[in-house]
This record gives sequence, structure tokens and C-alpha cells, in this order.
Amino acid sequence: MTHDHDHLHDCDGDGNMAFTRRAFLQRNFALAALAPTVPWFVQQGAMASAAPLGLSSIPGVAEERALVVVQLGGGNDGLNTVIPYFAPQYYDRRPTLAYRAPGSNPNATGWNADALPLDAKLGLGLHPALAPLKELHDDGEVATIPGCGYPNPNRSHFASMDIWHTADRNPSGSDGWLGRYFDTHPATEGSNEAAIAIGNSAPRALTGSSVPPIAFQSAQQFRWTGADIHESLGKTYQAMSGEAASTLSQAATANPQLDFLVRTNMDAQIAADRIRGAVRASNGVSYPRGSLANQLKLIAKMIRGGLRTRVFYASMGGFDTHSGQRGRHAQLMGQFANAINAFQKDLRESGDDERVMTMVFSEFGRRVGENASNGTDHGTAGPMFVIGKHAKGGVHGRHPNFTKLDSGDLRYTIDFRRVYAGVLSGWMQADPSKVIGPQHQPLAVV
Amino acid sequence: MPRLTPLPRDAFDFAAARHLLVRAGFGGTPGMVQGLLSKGLDAAVDWLIDFEGDSASGPDRNVQADTFDPSVKMQLTAEDYEAYRKAREAGDEEAIAAFRRKQEQQERDDRGAMRSFEQWWLSRMIETPRPLEEKLTLFWHGHFAASYTTVENSWHMFRQNQFFRKHAAGNFGDLLHGIIEDPAMLRFLDNNRNRKGSPNENLAREIMELFSLGEPELLGRKRSPYREGDIKEGARALTGYTYRGNEFFFDESQHDNGLKRILGRSGRWNGHELVDMLLAHPSCSEFIAWKIYRAFVNDVPETPPRDDVRKVVVQLGKTLKSNKYNLKKSLGELFRSAHFYAAANRAAHIKSPIELVVGTIRDLGVPVRNVDTLRTAAARLGQRLGHPPSVKGWDGGRAWINTSTMFLRQNTAVWMLTGRDAGGHPWPNDTTPFDPMPLVEQLERQGEINPDEATVYLQRLLLACPVDDARSQAIRHVFTLANDRVNADSLTAALCVLTALPEYQLS
Repeated sequence: MTHDHDHLHDCDGDGNMAFTRRAFLQRNFALAALAPTVPWFVQQGAMASAAPLGLSSIPGVAEERALVVVQLGGGNDGLNTVIPYFAPQYYDRRPTLAYRAPGSNPNATGWNADALPLDAKLGLGLHPALAPLKELHDDGEVATIPGCGYPNPNRSHFASMDIWHTADRNPSGSDGWLGRYFDTHPATEGSNEAAIAIGNSAPRALTGSSVPPIAFQSAQQFRWTGADIHESLGKTYQAMSGEAASTLSQAATANPQLDFLVRTNMDAQIAADRIRGAVRASNGVSYPRGSLANQLKLIAKMIRGGLRTRVFYASMGGFDTHSGQRGRHAQLMGQFANAINAFQKDLRESGDDERVMTMVFSEFGRRVGENASNGTDHGTAGPMFVIGKHAKGGVHGRHPNFTKLDSGDLRYTIDFRRVYAGVLSGWMQADPSKVIGPQHQPLAVV
Repeated sequence: MPRLTPLPRDAFDFAAARHLLVRAGFGGTPGMVQGLLSKGLDAAVDWLIDFEGDSASGPDRNVQADTFDPSVKMQLTAEDYEAYRKAREAGDEEAIAAFRRKQEQQERDDRGAMRSFEQWWLSRMIETPRPLEEKLTLFWHGHFAASYTTVENSWHMFRQNQFFRKHAAGNFGDLLHGIIEDPAMLRFLDNNRNRKGSPNENLAREIMELFSLGEPELLGRKRSPYREGDIKEGARALTGYTYRGNEFFFDESQHDNGLKRILGRSGRWNGHELVDMLLAHPSCSEFIAWKIYRAFVNDVPETPPRDDVRKVVVQLGKTLKSNKYNLKKSLGELFRSAHFYAAANRAAHIKSPIELVVGTIRDLGVPVRNVDTLRTAAARLGQRLGHPPSVKGWDGGRAWINTSTMFLRQNTAVWMLTGRDAGGHPWPNDTTPFDPMPLVEQLERQGEINPDEATVYLQRLLLACPVDDARSQAIRHVFTLANDRVNADSLTAALCVLTALPEYQLS
């Protein structure tokens, strides 16, 4: 019979006939781990496979789940994202920037269009340019959480972003929350593949001690660029690294530092080959233009191409709208919603929507009142979105109250760490108390 | 008085001289290594350590204040803040917005100034004729690690950098005394909020744990050299140590002058008396010796260290202590010791990103091309000057290396050698040509260079350990592709391959 079958017979006789390719690989990895010639990440995976799978799963949902984090950098204006048309104060404080309640003036279009209906009972709408997101909301795939924030808000982009990345109000020296997730939840089977961030450097959210994240702007960058100088150099490099692999067992123990470097170099090449192999997959739908769309397109390819990375990270900037906000913000909202919509449809097309969840955040919202330049300044609480086939659609929690402002700023209603906890426990099958502490009750967004 | 066994004079060969120049500095061209070698061990070490005598050449040691602007963070006046307070009370949105805009402009200006400072320091490391001075300045920056992300004042960071440079190979006691009067550190560790009656323990804790006495488990110690009570009382001794504007200020009204019991002794201790007690503690000299050892001799991944390593560190600590923390005496003893040159300590240190970038320029003589690109590359590799990740500084060693940084290290070298970005595109457009021929000029016979000799010579020149045959063949193969001609092109290509070797990451 097949080669695979021989391995099945080598099994420890637990009678499990549902042989899968994954189990085969896992076994191979476990054996290979004894030799020093395998890359780190494979070894770690094989060792981790001894850990029991202790957490429950959702019936009918694939176990190989992925989380895609989308960061809106610069402080997205939450009040013009999820429109609080219930509140007269919103209109008082934003004479030129507010959006009317849905259906107020159905003939108005473009920037002057009315808010889209989100939750009539709560008096909440969506920015008119978020129609592509609204479509997913109508399919029940968008959990909207208005008023996310944290105590004693910091209005510095950098400081507040650090707080969101570490899930720690005093972030100095802390690892990222997703880094801690990897540290406390090694893969239960297969390999513990590094998180992938699209960008020039890995965000702090992904820094931890066990699985260093991978960051690249395009998959073409995640490789040795010497090969671009002359084709023959690329071959030389490949040959050299191949030789490195075969002579490693001799070099091992002579110099542990060198041994470590040779292995990491091998890992890098293996990961680079896999990633570039995966991104050769084609997308199921066409994507709009724009940076976020390009990033999500690349992520969809990697998911479709079979990468088993559990966390992807994408980001979009430009939300720091201090002046002339109306047109600029509408453009950003449109880019964001169109990108998310295309991504979700792409995942549906390949069936990967079963195993992918997307979470959206920004480091802070903006002040309630508009400023003298038709913009808004740095504020506090803002909405988050959790998007996916298995997201619990609808509005979660309350919108912040306008009668109890904190010197012109919203007071948060949901600590953002409750959303993290909800995604960790509900989707990632993780124990949030190990990642962000036990004090943040998971919000049931999945 | 016992000391470290010195290296036999005749054992100071080319490889040893190179080891010294790389570890006590940032490397150098073959000519520079040869120059050091011809001095002999003692004179070579003296030349590196007594760098003050060499102040005639290279960048000025005492940079004029006009290099940077001390008032960049002083654009907002007390009146501005007062007006802002009133605007908030009155709910005057327009005035609040105007204030915040001015504040943001000031912050942008300061971030720009910080980038200039980072570029300036990086250039200095590249150009300096006194490599140990900059190496030690960087070492103290990692030891007394304060980050701009909290300090948010480029001038204070620059001022601190000048302080480290001034005492780089001076006296550790002066550094420890000075750090409690350093505005950047006082801000970084919240000592500006450490007041009589409401102490803030941040500086007191770190000055014991990270700046002087060390972690409890260090060197296999049985118990911690200090207790929580020492930190609490130490914090009281440090109350009132703050700054006004750009200068240290001792706020007597906020200083707790009461009795304190610190490290077993009672008195009305102030901050400097606390520092004196820390310096007198036996753990202090040992801890500083350990930090020096890790930075200059071996990354030593295992703690507690092997017995032979521990003995060297203990001896180094004794030298520090008996010379009242004179750093030159200890560093001189270390750099002359057989242990420093032992086989186990060659190729035992993973280059930090700054060492990689600066060292590649100094070793190969490649053009700087664009100092901000180099600054950014080092930052992306995990070492942004002025931005250590925490008060513990950079972890160093293997923490520098992962799959992403591995490619980035290799690709940074490709760019430095060729000026070409991914895709082979020249960047920036005014690509400065790199002439590698001086590196191998002494191999020239009748206008020709033998490719076999060049292959061996390059490795000897640039690597701290031998490369196995297969990888050596890969370098040789590059010359084969060029019909065995060793010219600027084939040599640059060979260097691209050589700098991509895992061995290149070691020194």
C-alpha cells in the first residue's frame, strides 16, 4: 500500500483509524525532533504536541482557526463610525460633522447621506460609507461594540497604542497580548507557527518570548535580496544553505551560538519558501485598491494557500483627522469597509470563513465636539468590530452616555480587554486569564 | 594581588588583534588590524583605553550646544498652560484645540530632533578614531537604560548621552552618582514624582536591581543582596531628586530628611549616601563585572555561568573594587588576559544590530550611503538608539535573532555593499560605488589576484571562526562564475555571500 500506511502501522495502537495527513506530519515531526537537523519551529511543534487539548471547541467549526487583527492607526473617529443619532448632544457638538439619522433625507448622497441603520432601538447607525460593512452586518457576521476604552485614558497615539497592544494600562516592559497568547498556549498539535504581520516591523502586540513574529511588506521581501543582484548568486545561496543543513550535525555542539544561527537561517528559508508558495494561490474575488485591501488580499492568499498561522496582523493609517475631516474620513471608511467586505467574500468563496475571525480596533476615538478646523482632536473611547461567520452579530454593550462626559470626552462602557478576552476564549480556545489576567470578563462576541 | 592570567605576548597574532579591535570597538580594515598588531598587546590595549590622548583627531569630544536645540521642548510657556487650564474650566473648545495643536507641533519637532540625535550618534560610531569610547557609551546606555518613548525630550536624551561619554572609561562611582541627577533618568523612572510623604519606588528599585547590585539569582547567589525594605527606605532617600527645565534640581522641600535603615545601616541618608552604600556593597562590583563580561567577552546564555567563567567575573569584580571602580584598570586587565582571547570566547558573541551595521562599514570600508537608512535598519533589527525596550536594556545575544531579523541582517549587508534594494533596484538614486579592491590589495601578484587565496583571505579578515568546506566552496564559486577573475564586481558579489553566512553574525 502507500507509504502513509506504513506509518499508520507504526502508530502506538490507539486504534484511531481516522488517519489524517496532519497526524502523519505530526508523527514525523516528533521523530525528527530527536535529530538536531530540523528547524526550530518544527521542533517546538513536535514537543508541544504532547500537551493535551484541554479546551472545548465549537461544533462544526474547524480547529485550525485564525485571527486577523486590523488596526486603524491615528485614532479613528468612533462617533462618526457608529453614529449615535439618539443623542441630541452629538448634533449640538458637531454642527458640521454629524450625520443625520437613517431615513432623514433619503435623497442625500455621498458625504451628505444619512447614517445607515444599525440598531433602531438603541438609536445607532453606521457611517454612510460603511455600506459594505452594513451588508456583512445584515448577514449577521458583524459584532459591533461601541464605547471600548480603558480607565484613565491616555491621548498620546504612542502611549495609547502601547496600552492596546499590551492590554496593560502600564505597558512599560510588557509583552504584547498576542505574544503572551503564544507563550501561554503552545500549539496542541502540529507546529506553532509564528504570527505574520504585514508591514515593515512586527507590532508590539505580537512580541512574546516563545514564537517571534514574522513581518514583511510583501512576501517578496521575506527572502535574501542578494539573489536580485545576479541570478547565479541566489543559486549559490541556496546551495550554501542546503550544505549548511547537511553539515549541521557535524557543526553542532562545537559552537552553540553558530548552531543556533545556522538553524534560524534554515528556519527563515523554510518559512520564506512556504509563504511565497502560499501567496502564489489566487484570490476568489477581486479586491478594491488601497493599502488595507492589499494586505487583506495577501492574508487571504496565505490562508487559502494553507498556512497554519494562527494570527495575522494588518493595519491602516491616516485616521488622525484634526482638520477637514468630513471628506477624508468618509474616504477612509469606504476603503476600510470595501476591503473588509472583499476579504470576507473571498474567505466565503474558499470556505475559509469557517476558520477565520477578524477584529478591528483603533487606539482611541476622538473628542465629542468638533474643533475650529472642521476636524476632531484626540479623544477616548471608540467602537470595535468582530467580524466573521461565527461572530455574534449585532450591537454589544451600551453606547457611552453624553450627559456624563469627562471634560468633553466619552467615558468608556466596555473595557477593550473584555473583547480580547471574548475573542481568546470564544474563538481562539484560549484561557484569557493567562493572557490578560482574570479580572476581565470575556464579552460574548463569538 | 592576584589578577587574570595575561596572554603570552607572542600569542597576540592577527586574529587576536582583530578580536580585540572588534570587541573593544567596532572592527576595522585590514590596515587598522595590522596597525594594532604591530603595536604589540600592551601598547594596543593602552591605545584603545587611553583614548583621551587622541582628542586631536576625529569628531570633537565636547560637542557644542548648537548641534542640537536645548529648547525644543520649551515652546509652550507657563502662560500657555495656564490659559489651557482656564480653557478647560470654561469648556472653550477652540482654545483647547489651539493648545493641543501647539503641543502636538512641539512633540513633532522633538521627535525630529531625536531622529537627528540618533543619526548623529550612529555617524559618530562609524567615524570615531576612539572606538572604545563609543562602545562604552553604548554599553552604559544599555546598562542605565532610559527610553525616549517615556522621556519624550530629545535634549535630555542627548545630555544623558554626553554624560555617558564623559565617564565612559572613567569611574563607575561617578556614573552611579551622576545618574540620580540625570533629568532623563529621573523622568524615566518617575523620580520627579518621588516626594516626601508619597514616595515613588521606581528609581530606588532599579538602582539596586539593575544599576548596582543585580538580580538575586545572579552568579548563583543564595539570597538577594537587598530586601523590599531597602527599596522602600532607599526611595525615601531619593525624594526631592528632580529636575527643572533642562537641569537637575534638588527640591529640599520634598526631601524626606528622616531616619532610614538601608542595607543594615541607619541614618538620615540622602541619595548620594545611598549610592555610596551601594558602591560599598560586595555585590555591586561583582554585578558590574558580570555586565562587562557579558558585553565584551561572551554572551553566556547559561545562568548561573560555568565555574571558570564565574572565577573570571569574581576576579574582575575584585579589580574593580580594589581600584575604587576605576574602569580602565579592569578593562585593561581583561583585554590583556588569556581568557579574553580563549578559543571558547571567539565567535561567542552575536553582533548587536549596531555592531553589525557599524562594523560592516568599518571592516569593509563600504560607503555610508544614507545614515538614516542605517539607523532604521538597526531599529528594525531590534536596536533603536535612545529606545531600549525597557529599563533592563537590550537582552542581547540570541534575542537579536529570529527568522525575520536573519533576512534583514543579510539584506542590510547586501544594501550596504551594493546600494541595491529588493528587486535589485538602486536606492537611493545616487548610488555611491563601493571599491572593495583595497581589502585584498596585498594579495596582488603581477596585477592578478588568485581566487583561492582571496576566498581564504576574506574569511580570515571578516569572520571570527573558520567556515566549513561546503560554505567556503560557495564563496569560491562566485569567482568561478566570474571566470576566476577577482575584480570589484566579483569581490562585491563574494562579499554578499560571505555576509549572508551565519558565521558573519558572530564576533
